[in-house]
Amino acid sequence: MPQRELAGDASHARPHLHALPGGEDGGRDKSSDGHVLIDMPERQDAEDPLRAGLRAAVEGPTSTAEREAAGGVKPGRGRALWAAAWPKLAAVALALALWELVVLSGWRPEYVLPGPGAVLARLWTDLLAGDIGVAAAITMKRALLGYAIALVTGVGLGLVLARVKVLRTAAGSLLTGLQTMPSVAWFPLAILLFQLSEAAILAVVVLGAAPSIAIGLLTSTDQVPPLLVRAGKVMGARGLALYRHIIIPAALPGFVAGLKQGWAFAWRSLMAGELLVIIGHAPSIGVRLQFSRELSDAEGLLAWMLVVMALGVLVDGLVFGALERKIREGRGLTAEHA
Amino acid sequence: MSAALPHAPLSLLSPSSTPVALRLDGVTKRHGAGGDAVVALDTMSFTVKKGEFVCVVGASGCGKSTMLNLVAGLDTPSAGKVTVAGERPALMFQESALFPWLSVEENVAFPLQMQGLSRKARAARVAELLRLVHLEKFAHRRPHELSGGMKQRVALARALAQQAELLLMDEPFAALDAMMRDHLHSELEALWQKTGLTVVFVTHNVREAVRLGDRVLLLSSRPGRLVAEYQVDLDRPRRIESPEVARMARTITDRLLEAARAAA
Repeated sequence: MPQRELAGDASHARPHLHALPGGEDGGRDKSSDGHVLIDMPERQDAEDPLRAGLRAAVEGPTSTAEREAAGGVKPGRGRALWAAAWPKLAAVALALALWELVVLSGWRPEYVLPGPGAVLARLWTDLLAGDIGVAAAITMKRALLGYAIALVTGVGLGLVLARVKVLRTAAGSLLTGLQTMPSVAWFPLAILLFQLSEAAILAVVVLGAAPSIAIGLLTSTDQVPPLLVRAGKVMGARGLALYRHIIIPAALPGFVAGLKQGWAFAWRSLMAGELLVIIGHAPSIGVRLQFSRELSDAEGLLAWMLVVMALGVLVDGLVFGALERKIREGRGLTAEHA
Repeated sequence: MSAALPHAPLSLLSPSSTPVALRLDGVTKRHGAGGDAVVALDTMSFTVKKGEFVCVVGASGCGKSTMLNLVAGLDTPSAGKVTVAGERPALMFQESALFPWLSVEENVAFPLQMQGLSRKARAARVAELLRLVHLEKFAHRRPHELSGGMKQRVALARALAQQAELLLMDEPFAALDAMMRDHLHSELEALWQKTGLTVVFVTHNVREAVRLGDRVLLLSSRPGRLVAEYQVDLDRPRRIESPEVARMARTITDRLLEAARAAA
């Protein structure tokens, strides 16, 4: 007897509860309203009734609001792209203008400090000649290899320290010391150990990036809400499963921030390494920088510096920026942009 | 924490023949050690029959959460014994505790995944559970896209997915508005009647306890002690604003205040 009453209660509850998110149900209401609305816009569309009728036949019934929205999509997307791009372009233009201004002031002769026009032209010819491609390939290969090793060691180290309290107490401050140590300071030792070789560069890149990655993992796992861990345990996630299914995904946003910082350190270490450890048969970006300086080729030097900057921005934005954005959007962590 | 119980429970209120879902025997829990130790639970004993809906009320500091942690197996008692029938109990919190990186569907599937069910078996069961809480249309949404009430219904579906005999609820509706709470009371009651679950529902809202419970246990604060229990013999479904519920809630509230005065 009470069951029947309850079922009634529950079905009353349903429409109210479902109305809340304003998602799919709202959408369907609109399209059913659209049936009432179709004739009106068609009649208003006086300048071309034939095309309007054709469109209605092809697209099916759409409400005025929906059509406006659909019509607004293309310029809207372009506008959004422009809105995101113009401040960046303006900043670049401003920086180039300031640079030109300094050159025009005659503070230094042009053979020491050339203007942006000359440098960009040089960049273009080097790009066409293939020099930049070759150098970037060598440098990026080192960066990726070093970063990959740093990733594995950093994550391994971080996990071990997160799991074993004693080790963390013992090695935690050591790790911070490693992270704050300027990686250039490792090079004399690295060169002593590995001579002027790829291994010396790689070692310092790993030493630069791994502590950041490990620390990022540690702090992000510290910040996992205890409630989620509790919920996971109640549902049977223990030991490694708890890490795999709860702690690591929950820590992901902070971990990616650590990865990003690790990349910045790896990139800096690599540039320092390529300047200090010159390997003749590998014309990397660092080697090109060094040669430009030795040949007093200021144009070339600045052009190669732009390459370093561009690669850094590209990796940061395309890889880590995109990764961060995706994670944040998936969890509803994005700030509302009005 | 073993399975089946050998024999009759000790409680005076439960007939000795019905099977028992949960039993606490002189359970004490101390936090900290030595002179600084705080007694959170003091020799607590009670029994919950299979299929029973028991509400636990008490002021803050009565050790409700400590008790649930012990029953859920997240903590061990300092003295006494906790016996739970069947597998690990399911536990629902005041906050939904949904995993923000998983969709609604994947959240509900989580306990099944932990139990090692195949993807196919999980999908069928999850669809059924989402229908049960009327959220089948939201299977692919992320938790942040849902309202508070919907989140709690997903959390309920996830708890039910565990197929535990015992469902523990830690003030699950405390953060919701009154209307939503009313709806969820009805849904929970219907689900409980359909599934034959045993529910231990902790709340500080005495009316809610009378609205839902077969029995209401009253705990005192600091240390948490069982001071009284009330059998609620009102017909179901009850309305939270009905005079019968209000009258009983008043009796219990008076007793609660008395216990608080005695503790102060």
